[in-house]
Amino acid sequence: MGTGGAILRLAGHPLQAMRPQPLGTSRVTRTPYLLVAPLTVVLIVFFGIPLVLVVVVSFFDLDKFDIIPTFVLTNYAEVFGSSLTYALYAKTITYALIVWAITLVIGFTVSYFLVFHVRSVLVQMALFLLCTVPFWTSNVIRMISWIPFLGRHGLFNQSLIAVGITDHPLEFLLFSNFSVVIAYVHLFSLFMIVPIFNSMARIDRAVIEAAVDGGASRARVITEIVIPLSKTGIALGSIFVIALVMGDFFVVKIMSGGQSSSVVAAMSNEIAILQYPPAAANAVCLLIIVMLMVAAIMRLVDVRRELSG
Amino acid sequence: MANKATGGHKVTRRQVLKGAVATATAAAGSHITGFPTVWAQNIKDIKLVQAGGSYSAIIDIGRQATKDLGFQVEMQSAAHDALLNRFVTQPNSVDIADMEYFFLYHLVPRGVLHTIDLKKYRWWDKVVPIFTKGEYPDGRKVSRQGVLPFKVQYVDNPESKKFAKDQTRWATAIPTVYNADTLGIRPDLVKRPIEHWHELLNPEFKGRSAILDVPSIGIMDAAMAIESRGDVKYGDKGNMTKEEIDKTIKILVDAKKSGQFRAFWTTFDESVNLMAAGEVVIQSMWSPAVTAVRARGIPCYYVPLKEGYRAWASCIAPMKHLTGLKLDAAYEYLNWYQSGWQGGFIAKQGYYSSVPETAKKFLTDDEWGYWYEGKAAKNDIKDPYGNLMEKAGQKRDGGAFWERMGKVACWNTLMDESRYMVRKWNEFVAA
Repeated sequence: MGTGGAILRLAGHPLQAMRPQPLGTSRVTRTPYLLVAPLTVVLIVFFGIPLVLVVVVSFFDLDKFDIIPTFVLTNYAEVFGSSLTYALYAKTITYALIVWAITLVIGFTVSYFLVFHVRSVLVQMALFLLCTVPFWTSNVIRMISWIPFLGRHGLFNQSLIAVGITDHPLEFLLFSNFSVVIAYVHLFSLFMIVPIFNSMARIDRAVIEAAVDGGASRARVITEIVIPLSKTGIALGSIFVIALVMGDFFVVKIMSGGQSSSVVAAMSNEIAILQYPPAAANAVCLLIIVMLMVAAIMRLVDVRRELSG
Repeated sequence: MANKATGGHKVTRRQVLKGAVATATAAAGSHITGFPTVWAQNIKDIKLVQAGGSYSAIIDIGRQATKDLGFQVEMQSAAHDALLNRFVTQPNSVDIADMEYFFLYHLVPRGVLHTIDLKKYRWWDKVVPIFTKGEYPDGRKVSRQGVLPFKVQYVDNPESKKFAKDQTRWATAIPTVYNADTLGIRPDLVKRPIEHWHELLNPEFKGRSAILDVPSIGIMDAAMAIESRGDVKYGDKGNMTKEEIDKTIKILVDAKKSGQFRAFWTTFDESVNLMAAGEVVIQSMWSPAVTAVRARGIPCYYVPLKEGYRAWASCIAPMKHLTGLKLDAAYEYLNWYQSGWQGGFIAKQGYYSSVPETAKKFLTDDEWGYWYEGKAAKNDIKDPYGNLMEKAGQKRDGGAFWERMGKVACWNTLMDESRYMVRKWNEFVAA
């Protein structure tokens, strides 16, 4: 998409006119159906059917040994009637929001630097690839390596004591909300950087030049041009980060030293003793809540429209 | 040691065969595998898949069984909850279930296991009476708090889904490895003797104690500590009432809020690292984890406590779907399993065998003295892979076999109120 597109979007023109006509719309053809068939099959078999089963099981009853196929609402009654549910969601959503805010700032500033401050495309790509270096090793290792670093007798505490900033080790650094957030930010920042970088890179420089020529300050350029034109990337990154945090139980378990919980961690404890129906009810609720969050983001930013632009 | 093991092994091997396949006796002398030819050819294609915890479904055991038996035994290891889910939802993907005894509460009523005919099992009269009779050799009853293996050991007939009250010919599973668990401490940082479970909750160790985040086991360790402090007197720690669960969780939540716990661990390695790094100085632990800390040159002690131990036991059982030759092979395997090699192997990791007298043949006198008799080691004690576990002169923490297994206070468990308990445990972790 060239200059025209960006300007048109700025001016709020409908984009329909700009869209290339889909191939073969004039005649009836099976090609599009064949193209989507493999994905459809995979989605139905590995996602659709299991999901339906989860919903069905969430209405089943269970006694000590057996799941009883019937229709009861006790699982949901238990989910909604328990203060634990609200506490867990409050905790998980708090993590999601904090991590979202931090990764957003990091994602935006890093992308902004890469796109607007690094002149050479080669250097830009090199630095961008540098951001992915931590991903060359596994998630688990990246997370766990924080433990010896932040521990009571860890590197960081020893350095602080050596420099004389504190005389006793700071305990809040590890097995706390702090360490959970650090690990999340470390693990998920790239999911914010990539989409924002991508949409920022597509901003036409001429628009910014025009704004600067017209006397706009840097702050105004950012708020009125860069941010609105990066909306897609911000929205996509936000969906990634929020969905990842909402669905996590491993990071929170390890980094809090098991002292904090999440919605999914509670589910996993239920599954551990074969209590599928209550776990399924929990899963359905989580699914609905995450879908609502994603829908809210999609409502704010029409990702599809922006992407096709 | 190697010579001794091989020698002992040959004898045992023959005994196994004699007991299991009557016709094999004639062939045993002349034929290498000991099987009649037809057997030997058919049996090559058989593969038994054993799924169990990483501490018992050990690849070396599968390899040795494959070598000795002439058919293939493949080991697959997974965490407790994954195993239980697999046995229940995909029973046909496993041939030999390797599990803790309390799994039987889930599995026997669901009918996924083959009931073992003890007439085809050769070692039953040699199995430690804790399992076969629920008693110690001197006739004292073993604690019935939690899932004492004896409570789920027998059924009345092969099709029964209810546990028998007394000994019968039909066993639900064959006991394999077990141990008595207690608290591990860092003597260099605790700096005084520890004698009771309640020290886990002692504010002296605020921010430096830890428990296990497996609800059904963690709550037992907590209950040991709470009962020892005198806060709650449980009817059965292994099967708490809702009221007892509430009281227990409340005390735990208060302790957590006051900052008593540094962490709740789930894996073996986590517990080792917490202790070795000094994040924690007193915590619930597994015996080999204590040794793993010591192997790093860091002092760690598995304290014998006045209230006794929390014991656990593993067992193996063929799955229901086995028939014909494969089922015969499974019985062969069960008999091989207890013939000593496996018992010797796991003894060197700090676990006990349910047939100690066969395991003894695969241990040196010094190893037997150290692991089972509580004697000071004359030479360095090595694990099965030859790594140093303990220096010469050391004694096993807690002493001899019966000094440790004779003081079981409760067993790993599945409670009637497990659903409620897990919900409360989730509240505790989220608090």
